[in-house]
Amino acid sequence: MAKVTVDGIQVEVANGSSVLQACEAAGKEIPRFCYHERLSIAGNCRMCLVEIEKAPKPVASCGYPVMDGMVVRTDTEVVRRARRAVMEFLLINHPLDCPICDQGGQCDLQDQAFSYGSDHSRYAESKRAVQDKYLGPLIKTVMTRCIQCTRCVRFASEVAGVPELGATSRGENMEITTYVEKALTSELSGNMIDICPVGALTSKPNAFTARPWELNRTDTIDVLDATGTNIRACARGAEVLSIQPRTNDEVNEEWMSDKGRFSFDGLRRRRLDRPWLRVHGRLQPVSWQDAFVAIARRLEGVRGERIGAIAGDLCDAESMVALKDLMTALGSGNVDCRQDGAQYDTSRREFYTFNTGIAGIEEADALLLVGCNPRHESPVINARIRKRWLAGNFPVGVIASPGPDLTYGVELLGDRPSALTALIEGGAGFTEALKAAKRPMIVVGHAAIAREDGAAVLAAAWALASAVGALTPDWHGFNVLHHAASRVAALDLGFVPRPGSRSVAGMMSGGVDVLWLLGADEIGAGRIGPDTFVIYQGHHGDAGAARADVILPGAAYVEKPGTYVNTEGRVQIAFGAVFPPGEAREDWRILRAFSEVVGHTLPYDDLPAVRRRLAEVNPVFARQGLPRFGASDLSGPAGNPAALGNAAFGNAIHDYYQTNVISRASATMAECSRILVHPVVQAAE
Amino acid sequence: MSGHASAENIGHGSPGHAPAPSTHEQPSSFTFDAQSEAEIGRILAKYPEGRQASGVMPLLYLVQDQMRRQTGSAWIPRVAMDAVARRLTMPPIRVYEVATFYLMFNIRPVGRYHLQICTTTPCWLRGSDEVVAACKAVAGVSKFEEMSPDGMFTLTEVECLGACVNAPMMQVNDDYYEDLDGDSTRRLLEALKRGETPPRGPQIDRYNSAPVGGRTTLLGEVGERSADGQPDRHPDTV
Repeated sequence: MAKVTVDGIQVEVANGSSVLQACEAAGKEIPRFCYHERLSIAGNCRMCLVEIEKAPKPVASCGYPVMDGMVVRTDTEVVRRARRAVMEFLLINHPLDCPICDQGGQCDLQDQAFSYGSDHSRYAESKRAVQDKYLGPLIKTVMTRCIQCTRCVRFASEVAGVPELGATSRGENMEITTYVEKALTSELSGNMIDICPVGALTSKPNAFTARPWELNRTDTIDVLDATGTNIRACARGAEVLSIQPRTNDEVNEEWMSDKGRFSFDGLRRRRLDRPWLRVHGRLQPVSWQDAFVAIARRLEGVRGERIGAIAGDLCDAESMVALKDLMTALGSGNVDCRQDGAQYDTSRREFYTFNTGIAGIEEADALLLVGCNPRHESPVINARIRKRWLAGNFPVGVIASPGPDLTYGVELLGDRPSALTALIEGGAGFTEALKAAKRPMIVVGHAAIAREDGAAVLAAAWALASAVGALTPDWHGFNVLHHAASRVAALDLGFVPRPGSRSVAGMMSGGVDVLWLLGADEIGAGRIGPDTFVIYQGHHGDAGAARADVILPGAAYVEKPGTYVNTEGRVQIAFGAVFPPGEAREDWRILRAFSEVVGHTLPYDDLPAVRRRLAEVNPVFARQGLPRFGASDLSGPAGNPAALGNAAFGNAIHDYYQTNVISRASATMAECSRILVHPVVQAAE
Repeated sequence: MSGHASAENIGHGSPGHAPAPSTHEQPSSFTFDAQSEAEIGRILAKYPEGRQASGVMPLLYLVQDQMRRQTGSAWIPRVAMDAVARRLTMPPIRVYEVATFYLMFNIRPVGRYHLQICTTTPCWLRGSDEVVAACKAVAGVSKFEEMSPDGMFTLTEVECLGACVNAPMMQVNDDYYEDLDGDSTRRLLEALKRGETPPRGPQIDRYNSAPVGGRTTLLGEVGERSADGQPDRHPDTV
């Protein structure tokens, strides 16, 4: 530790800290543009100049290491003049277009010019202009505004792992560019918009829609993947106009995926805003009452075992517990959340969660991915893995079919379960790497368990984890990576068929007479038997609604308060940012209202009561935070590790930008899919 | 890290963000020829395993040399930068950054003779304006950065090349031509046009940067030992 005096305040900071960090520890604000705590230090903006005793001139604090006994002054005349001068230089080539700049109001340059700059300009000459660059469908560029802090360049090559941005030419002619005018191929590119301190990179889908001070910000949780990214929905009136990440070092640091950030325009399209009833083969708008009565009539005389319910990937825990309670009341145990047919063992929670924890990745020292492509299943977790990999000494083995570059060095061990067997037998060299590691991690993806021998793969992965010492009292190295946001909550609630009841496959092809789809669109609605009466409760007119006999309009994730459990098993509460459109309602309320119509009134009338019910079903819902835990019981999940099949693992996600009803309704995501997933090869220039 | 090869999703720009139209023809492919390949082996052997990216500048020079051999124009097309990136397993953008940073790398085609004329103060005081004028007249161009219609010359204005003692000077491809004036520049360019290669160095009666008109000191007989006591050595190369 080093003792540093900042403006007379004594602070102790770790050796190797920068002067800027010491100043922050002392509570002093240091203006900066290029410095970002999660990126490497560039030291090129010179805004963070401070005075250090015995130093002959002001020092850039971001890149200057502290020394014991250092005396720093951040508010002297010299520092003030230095900042004013730096600001004046930065503004020489920065256009004065704040009134038409989308960054206005959330602009570091604007704020710092106001706080630390001069009150007038002495510059009367021409300013330089830079041609705008094409960075894809998500990022709008106005490169004349760029102050060349290179945060975006460093983000692309360090965090996102796609070194496609750079600074070409030099001096006055320096430009930030891909040079080849192609779309950035990162699933995290939207974060460059956040870290850009000026209006050079702004959100293309949000261009010219709102000023930051017009927006109401509501804390919520991203449900477009199972990472549980903490987000802030920014709404004006009834519309969500942008989505930004919140900082949570345990989960997403301060990043979020492009799908979560830019799918919000899908919240306005293809919405179900009133109940519909199929009459003589055609859907007709009806009142809530008529819809409920129609369902109640159809349910009359239907035995419980002929009724089924499937929960989709975006559901909140409240609606799922209500649906499960309703099904129980109707005498049905046919409930399932596994749209993809994944096989879990729900007897212990550690068999289906990401037990190491997202932050735990940074402590791991070897990683094996089985049937898992984290870059598409959770870009944020992938960034965490890359962060760990960059720190060095992190062998990564992959058993999966070839997918996109994972952005870190991997050893491909095969594409089918036999590779897993080889690892267990110890024949492959990677077993040694896992065994040598003190804290090895094994991550099983849904490409590995959503298949016939899924249970066997899961059991084999556990057996391997046990064999290589990944399961110890203080380290749990067995992980299941989910990509459906509702899945872990559903498994926690027991939203899976009891023995003897029907699973998703059993409910297809006439397995049930009445089928309740709670936002379930990925089951292949064509497989539902022609005589099955289908109730679709959800928010988008997609595959499920097209097949439905009754449509009950529900609320999308930003429109309702909800509880979500991410892939780690972390229970997080989201608030509703806006109201659902038209006659649509919060989903648990719909179920509660319907239960009354069929005479099985659910025993909760308000949100706290539903949440008490959640905690009653599974105490984890009452828990705050997620303490790290080890493995105490080494007995593995059900499934015969020897029953492994021989088929190659597929891909759980085929088109990252089109995985659920919201992203499929989003024009922005469709454009991303067109350009990045299905690129039209054009004639070379 | 295999995903750096460019996904060919080029040119889907929305209006106003369209890629800049290229003002010159970019070749569609580039492969190192045998001579370059041999040289690459020698260059990369200098760097330890895993540090091959350090060879980016020598390789870019190599590209320029090969382009001169093959097309008569020593420049680095984009496909060649990609080839360098592949060879050194580094992201293409890192090569683009280097190639655009250094003025010695021509990222646009240049004439068969790239005339880099120094116009910094010492050369300018010694008459670089005349040199420039002569170059423009012979090449038939009106300004710097322009290629002559016959593809023979490209004029580039450069800052000090470190030959102030022999000002004014210019660099023709890899060679310095020094102590120029309008007439000698004209003669030089005419000779180049005819395909001759006039001797490089001072274009007046002068040995390297020795005094004009011969020695002014150490006028005695050149004996077995020169003034510093060492065996007398007359360098025979520049």
